[in-house]
Amino acid sequence: MYVAVKGGEKAIANAHALLAKRGRGSIDAPRIDYPQIRNQMGVLVSRVMAEGSLYDPELAAKALLQAQGDVLEAVTLMRSYRTTLPRFGITIAVDTVGLPSERRVSATFKDIPGGQQLGATFDYTHRLLADELHTPEVATPDVPIDEPMPRVTDLLGADALVERDRPDEGWTDPDPGDLTREPTVFPMSRAERLQALTRGDEGFLLSLGYSTQRGFGNNHPFVGEVRVGEVEVDFFAPEIGYAVPIGRIELTECQMVNQFVGSADQAPQFTRGYGLVFGRAERKAMSMSLVDRTLRHEEFGERIVSPAQDEEFVIAHADNVEAAGFVEHLKLPHYVDFQAELGLIRSLRREFQARHPAEPAEAPATDNNTLIEENA
Amino acid sequence: MSGPRIVYNEGYLDEQTKRVVRRALLKGVAIPGFQVPFASREVPMPRGWGTGGVQLTASVIGPADTLKVIDQGADDTTNAVSIRAFFEKVAGAASTTRTDHATIIQTRHRIPETPLTEKQIVVYQVPIPEPLRFLEPRETETRRLHALEEYGLMYVKLYEDIAKYGHIAKTYDYPVLVNGRYVMAPSPIPSFDNPKMHQSPALQLFGAGREKRIYAIPPYTDVESLGFDDFPFEPQRFDQPCEICESTEVYLDEVLIDDHGGVMFVCSDTDHCERTLTAREHDHITEVNA
Repeated sequence: MYVAVKGGEKAIANAHALLAKRGRGSIDAPRIDYPQIRNQMGVLVSRVMAEGSLYDPELAAKALLQAQGDVLEAVTLMRSYRTTLPRFGITIAVDTVGLPSERRVSATFKDIPGGQQLGATFDYTHRLLADELHTPEVATPDVPIDEPMPRVTDLLGADALVERDRPDEGWTDPDPGDLTREPTVFPMSRAERLQALTRGDEGFLLSLGYSTQRGFGNNHPFVGEVRVGEVEVDFFAPEIGYAVPIGRIELTECQMVNQFVGSADQAPQFTRGYGLVFGRAERKAMSMSLVDRTLRHEEFGERIVSPAQDEEFVIAHADNVEAAGFVEHLKLPHYVDFQAELGLIRSLRREFQARHPAEPAEAPATDNNTLIEENA
Repeated sequence: MSGPRIVYNEGYLDEQTKRVVRRALLKGVAIPGFQVPFASREVPMPRGWGTGGVQLTASVIGPADTLKVIDQGADDTTNAVSIRAFFEKVAGAASTTRTDHATIIQTRHRIPETPLTEKQIVVYQVPIPEPLRFLEPRETETRRLHALEEYGLMYVKLYEDIAKYGHIAKTYDYPVLVNGRYVMAPSPIPSFDNPKMHQSPALQLFGAGREKRIYAIPPYTDVESLGFDDFPFEPQRFDQPCEICESTEVYLDEVLIDDHGGVMFVCSDTDHCERTLTAREHDHITEVNA
């Protein structure tokens, strides 16, 4: 049995019709199709996939169109769809050493085995707004891009100058936590933290990472290496008994190398901050690696002095779906609570006026002396 | 590939997730007032707009249920309309605006005026489940305080209010002690509604989606609003009756009626108001006819 209600329903339907109309814009211009978004707005699509925690450029492009270009709205669409998908297993950890890089730069060495490769980058472009876009011919690369290249951090690791990327022998890779399926409980493992960071808001991580460079948790970073490329994803299928490739994903990885002067029981060596993000997301991967390193203060006995070092502060506020929802919920009706506050303020003012009969309640208490005299 | 790529499950949440939520609920019912962490899932509305309540309702609703959704006590507020429409779409649930016809009542910021029964479940939407949050921002710390039953911080806050303002300056989300053990946030209902939680025959469930916590009050549980012997809890009261249905002892909204500050006070619970008015008119007609 459905009982009709007043006003609200019709208002909502009308609002959504208007929204669709605004999204369409002038009908004289052709509607953008999602393949165009997917192909020509790749960086934006990457961001929606990364923060939506779902690698699917086609769906991300559709979400962006549906959201009329509102990135957080598109991310929310991706998340609400993703959560309905079954999780049928865990892939084998991707091998980023074997990540054939389209782009790879290191700031720590002039030349590195395999060479530096600029790849598709905005770096060194002159940021001059252009009237028209041109697509020049691109020559076939003379470097075979399918060749695995050692990580710069592994080269340093050979001399134990940098901490190892995994514990010593006898260690097996545990099943990763999944913060979309398990309750969030602080403190988190580093793996869970990295998961939260990689789907965290790019702007938030950028600002936090930036704050560590300006003295709020200084961690002396160097870009050991940033690489972007496509990697194959393998899944161990128990039915067949061996790993099968299930697809390729584009990734951006950043290994940040940080100074560490050592402690009573640890020799001085470089430490790592790590960033790994879906798609072309260099700024995000770099920010993530800065924040990852600052959050590791406990491992290195560092004092907590800045917001970026505070796990609860960083992780609990990095998720833009949660942040946007809660900030925007303030526009929902709150009149019941406001009524309760009105009642309280009125009674407090009545009591104030009873205590200060001569004084108009509106007068701000700027002159403290008067108040003290009256109270005396 | 043929056919649409995007297909949603019946009832939106998959059965596995419902099971996860139900397990958390069972734990919550077994430990009244204790916040159970759960793997809160995204639902197709923004975080902070009732995603916790929606997950609870989705997990307990069945074909025999009748759902009522209110926001600020009203069935016709936009977000209540939106949530009710969502369940009509994905769960095929029967819905109602009548409190006495509902088996599940999802609410934001109010408890209905009509007394609840043993056959009903109230699902509260909760923004901040931690009653100590504004006194201590860290979850690691507040969980420890609950474990140690260390609520001094809260009593100091209430005491400071009295010292400063002569009253406990908390008018909604007024903290309660559940079953003599856990201090609990009742969600931002006005303190007016707090007494309705005590020994309620209905099962009361609380869902905080963004904060990923579930808690519960089983039927007939003691729920005591915090206070002191000399400054006991005082729920807010209104001096005037509803100007539409003339109910007294109900929560009222102050509605602006002109641009000179003119107001009228009407029931916040729209269903209660309509039914009281109808009954009154009916009585009146009967009297006239007699």
